[in-house]
Amino acid sequence: MNDVPERPNSMPTSLDDPQAARTHTRWSELLASQVFWVVLATIVACVVLSFTTSSFATSANLFNVTRNFAFVAIVALGMMAVIITGGIDISVGSTIGISGIVLSVVMNAGYSIWAGIGMALLTAGVVGLVNGLLIAWLGMQPFVVTLAMLSVGRSLALVISGSRTIFDFGPDGPKLLALGGGATFGVANPVWFLVVLAVLFWFAFGWTRWGRYVFAVGGNRHAANLTGVPVRFIICSVYVLAGLMAGVAAILEVGWLGAVTTGLGTGDELRVIAATVIGGTNLVGGVGSAFGTVVGAALIEVIRNSLILLGVDSFWQGTLVGTFIVVAVLFNRLGGARQGN
Amino acid sequence: MSLLELRGISKHFGAIHALTDMTLSLEPGQVVGLMGDNGAGKSTLVKVIAGNFPPSHGEIRIDGKPVHFGKPVDARAQGIEVVYQDLALCDNLTAAANVFLGREPRIGFWPVRVLDHATMYRRAGELFKALKSETRPRDLVRQMSGGQRQAVAIARTRLSEARLVIMDEPTAAISVRQVAEVLDLIKRLSEHGIAVILISHRMPDVFAVADRVVVMRRGRKVADKKTEASSPEEVTGLITGAIAAA
Repeated sequence: MNDVPERPNSMPTSLDDPQAARTHTRWSELLASQVFWVVLATIVACVVLSFTTSSFATSANLFNVTRNFAFVAIVALGMMAVIITGGIDISVGSTIGISGIVLSVVMNAGYSIWAGIGMALLTAGVVGLVNGLLIAWLGMQPFVVTLAMLSVGRSLALVISGSRTIFDFGPDGPKLLALGGGATFGVANPVWFLVVLAVLFWFAFGWTRWGRYVFAVGGNRHAANLTGVPVRFIICSVYVLAGLMAGVAAILEVGWLGAVTTGLGTGDELRVIAATVIGGTNLVGGVGSAFGTVVGAALIEVIRNSLILLGVDSFWQGTLVGTFIVVAVLFNRLGGARQGN
Repeated sequence: MSLLELRGISKHFGAIHALTDMTLSLEPGQVVGLMGDNGAGKSTLVKVIAGNFPPSHGEIRIDGKPVHFGKPVDARAQGIEVVYQDLALCDNLTAAANVFLGREPRIGFWPVRVLDHATMYRRAGELFKALKSETRPRDLVRQMSGGQRQAVAIARTRLSEARLVIMDEPTAAISVRQVAEVLDLIKRLSEHGIAVILISHRMPDVFAVADRVVVMRRGRKVADKKTEASSPEEVTGLITGAIAAA
């Protein structure tokens, strides 16, 4: 006797080629994507500003806006990789500070620009490596580790510089100022750096195993580990990368400012995280894009710029940026709810 | 020759005897339903077979040759794959990305070696088609039903040319319609000559697809017989202890 209850027949595959169809149409996918709305908001803001102010759509203003957001966006690219793995790096502001100081101290001592850049990037990379090792191999919480590094980095910057403001960059000083403050084909140099780095990130995320594993670790660390993804290496690598991005931004920023104080980069971590989150990167991990991050940084800068041009008290800036963060995360929530999460 | 043969396997954790003198043999393409109450030793048995921990006594043979599994990778190298209850998938990636996770094909030469998306989508599509699942390679796993997720997890094992697939409660938390889908997937594996150990609490599922049913109680095998020769009532009795052995 074998009284198996009757089962529904196996699912009929009614579609001739079910694998060709997709669950979502392109349009609904687009409307559900946060990046789409951020792009739209940025475009609308730019158009409105072009009509309401005489000064926004001038080449001088656009030059400044693009250069200003490039610094934040470059660091935000590294931050995005970290957040996609489900981590956070709040030490980037201090990393900018310490690499900027190292750069200026080395060049101030008469060494070449290449020595300065090399040492600055090395410093930034080591900061990221320490973060990464503590988080990946000792299993410490990213927030706590990078909070400690925020403090250590700022303190070491003070120690190295002796709390001086450095504005003499030695014999190669003009080269540094040209690198960060100059322009190529009418576009500020930092913007070119941002474009190249953003394309590199886009490529790495879409076309390399490393990029795929970054997303896998953020999506389900346990599953990634079971399938043989080198989880610890991947986690460590994103912190090193975030450090290096902060180092690149520091070099460009020092060149633009022409002087380094020990306060360089203070508070930048918050602007960077804001840009990343507004750009559609989910703090839970597993979601993010290079394009979205750049647009997120652009939106913040356009809003900031518009307040100045419209004559709004600059004290309101923080309120507006904060509001945008909340609205962005709200979009994330709504988008997630629609996908059944 | 049996694909997998366990001879007198015991596993002690200190004074606790999780498995006692377990014997089991499995032919290619055979589906065995492994049943038993919580704590009967099912998970321990699976972990021994999957190489999570070595047995205290006894011998595991594959194709008649004794093997020693120090870690799960050793078992995987012998073609033993486990589909975990939580499926171990990345929700944020596509079906194809999950199938190929950890062994993505690449094209080009060093230093420019890029992911071969076209091959991944095509191969994943073929695997899903062979499993007669309507899972689409480009869909995100987040948007999928429980049955489709099972198909992705099973397609992973097909990719690695598994010979024995151990499924841990694949039908525990999914709808009736999806259960039918999963049972179809199991039949498909069996048709391809892959042996399946199906761990389940659901009597109808085991009787629908399993050739044999193995019942465990308190770390011992109390029954191992063809499903046609048994009945859900008998198995229930064996699980609870109302029937001592069969």
